Amino acid sequence: MTGLDAHLHVEGRLDATLVAEPGDVVAVVGPNGAGKSTLVHALSGLVACTGHARLAGMDLLGRTPQDRNVGVVFQDQRLFPHLSAVDNVAFGLRSRGADKHQARAAGLDWLDRLGIAELAARKPGQLSGGQAQRVAIARALVTSPDLLLLDEPFAGLDVGVAATLRIELGRHLADFAGITVLVTHDALDALTLATQVVVLDAGQVAQVGPPTEVAARPLTEHVARLVGLNVIREGDRIRAFSPSVVTVSVHAPDDSARNRWQGVVRGAAPHGDAIRLQVSGERDLIADVTPAASRELALAPGREVWLSVKETAVTTYDAV
Amino acid sequence: MSRDPLGRAPLALLVPAAAAVLILLVPLGAMVLATDPGSLVDALGTEALQEALWLSLLTSTVAMLVCLALGLPLAWLLARVDFRGRRLVRALVTVPMVLPPVVAGIALRSAFGRSGLLGEPLLDATGFAFPYTTWGVVLAHVFVSLPFVTIAIEGGLRTAGTAYDDAAATLGATRWTTFRRVTVPLALPGIAAGMVLGWARSLGEFGATITFNGNYPGTTQTMPTLIYVARQSDADAALALSLVMLAVSITVLVALRDRWLVPA
Repeated sequence: MTGLDAHLHVEGRLDATLVAEPGDVVAVVGPNGAGKSTLVHALSGLVACTGHARLAGMDLLGRTPQDRNVGVVFQDQRLFPHLSAVDNVAFGLRSRGADKHQARAAGLDWLDRLGIAELAARKPGQLSGGQAQRVAIARALVTSPDLLLLDEPFAGLDVGVAATLRIELGRHLADFAGITVLVTHDALDALTLATQVVVLDAGQVAQVGPPTEVAARPLTEHVARLVGLNVIREGDRIRAFSPSVVTVSVHAPDDSARNRWQGVVRGAAPHGDAIRLQVSGERDLIADVTPAASRELALAPGREVWLSVKETAVTTYDAV
Repeated sequence: MSRDPLGRAPLALLVPAAAAVLILLVPLGAMVLATDPGSLVDALGTEALQEALWLSLLTSTVAMLVCLALGLPLAWLLARVDFRGRRLVRALVTVPMVLPPVVAGIALRSAFGRSGLLGEPLLDATGFAFPYTTWGVVLAHVFVSLPFVTIAIEGGLRTAGTAYDDAAATLGATRWTTFRRVTVPLALPGIAAGMVLGWARSLGEFGATITFNGNYPGTTQTMPTLIYVARQSDADAALALSLVMLAVSITVLVALRDRWLVPA
């Protein structure tokens, strides 16, 4: 067994199984408080947990963080503020006994790979968000960890910076021989970077599978929202439909009664060429309308509307 | 003064703040005014002052270094390791802070006096005893200053937080490496503040020192004890000596402030 095989239990916060092979990128998604960060901290050893975990043939849970060979990119980066960028990257190698010059050379090499070699002498306080995140990624990768943990690596970055960094990170992850666990809030990360998606909800795994499958057939409201789908649970079956197939009207439509819901517009925001409406009532649903329709029907927050969907536009699948 | 966008400071705060400044500065100013310049010149020339001043600076500095060597590890333990009885240890080490210094001197005698709990075996084994020696002065200073140093440094370590220690651990650093390369550099402002506090407390130490060590010029007579003795025979000389002490204290604090206490 060279991969990761873990069942982690943290009282009241997490009870999750995670299995991955070398080279896998596992995206962990879920709402706030679902246990994503706890999972990262449990794997890194910073939070005590019970259960079992084997990584590259060794037992993780009996080891301290120092002995786990796990690299972490923290949500708040945690670059050492008193050390230069290159000394931050070299820190892990020096801690593992490398001599100062070798460690710095390797650090510089990694900064170069991430395209920021010229910033080597800067302190973290003198770096932009995107630059600091590159240093943090270099610092985690320089020691060739068996497991790389990325806790929302694009949170707090400008959209453009995040997009560039996402592409770069994808390239580095493709070269990375170990397992990556990527905690994210962004469906795009899960779809573009991951080989496997784990959906956490209230500390439990709610769904696991390839990104395309999870995106097409989400089992949780949260993932449905992330990938921009409406899901309605009916017993053991789930009915899913895209917001673009929803018809919005201000009077009760004469369609079949089944796919018809009354609600109030709670929010409206541009989404691509359309306006995406958040509607809440007996169901919380999203619907895309054209800007022209939005104006014509005066679809501002507070407006009462009827939503309807043709049965042929609804996908139905098993909940488990 | 530029206009504060939040408006003027309220009188209810300005008046007590001004009173605080006055209460601290008026006695010092009065002391300066009361000092006869002639007696100041006389005092500066005496061997007693030079010896006492040198001894005060020496013992306070050595005590500060001992406090750092012992207080930093203790502060780290209190701030970073969750052990049974941690709250009790913290409460106990702060006791000397609230103890009258003369009681501290008596306690030190019970422990390190020639017939004390530790003092007697120490005397038997090595022929050395703390009381009435310069080391005894240092010991008294350490006893009264160490709580201040420990508490100030613990505060600094807590302010710095454990996030960077955690990051260092995931990078393979042992706790000792983390302490040296991450914890201490990041807590440096708190550590420096603790050292200054400890040094200042030692410099002003009087009760424990004189109770434990007596008052021998050249070996145990520090500035406060010299001033106390002078006060009983010659009030002008005592004023002059006090002024010297004030000047030295201010000089050192200002020098440290520029170097350490105010981050650039």
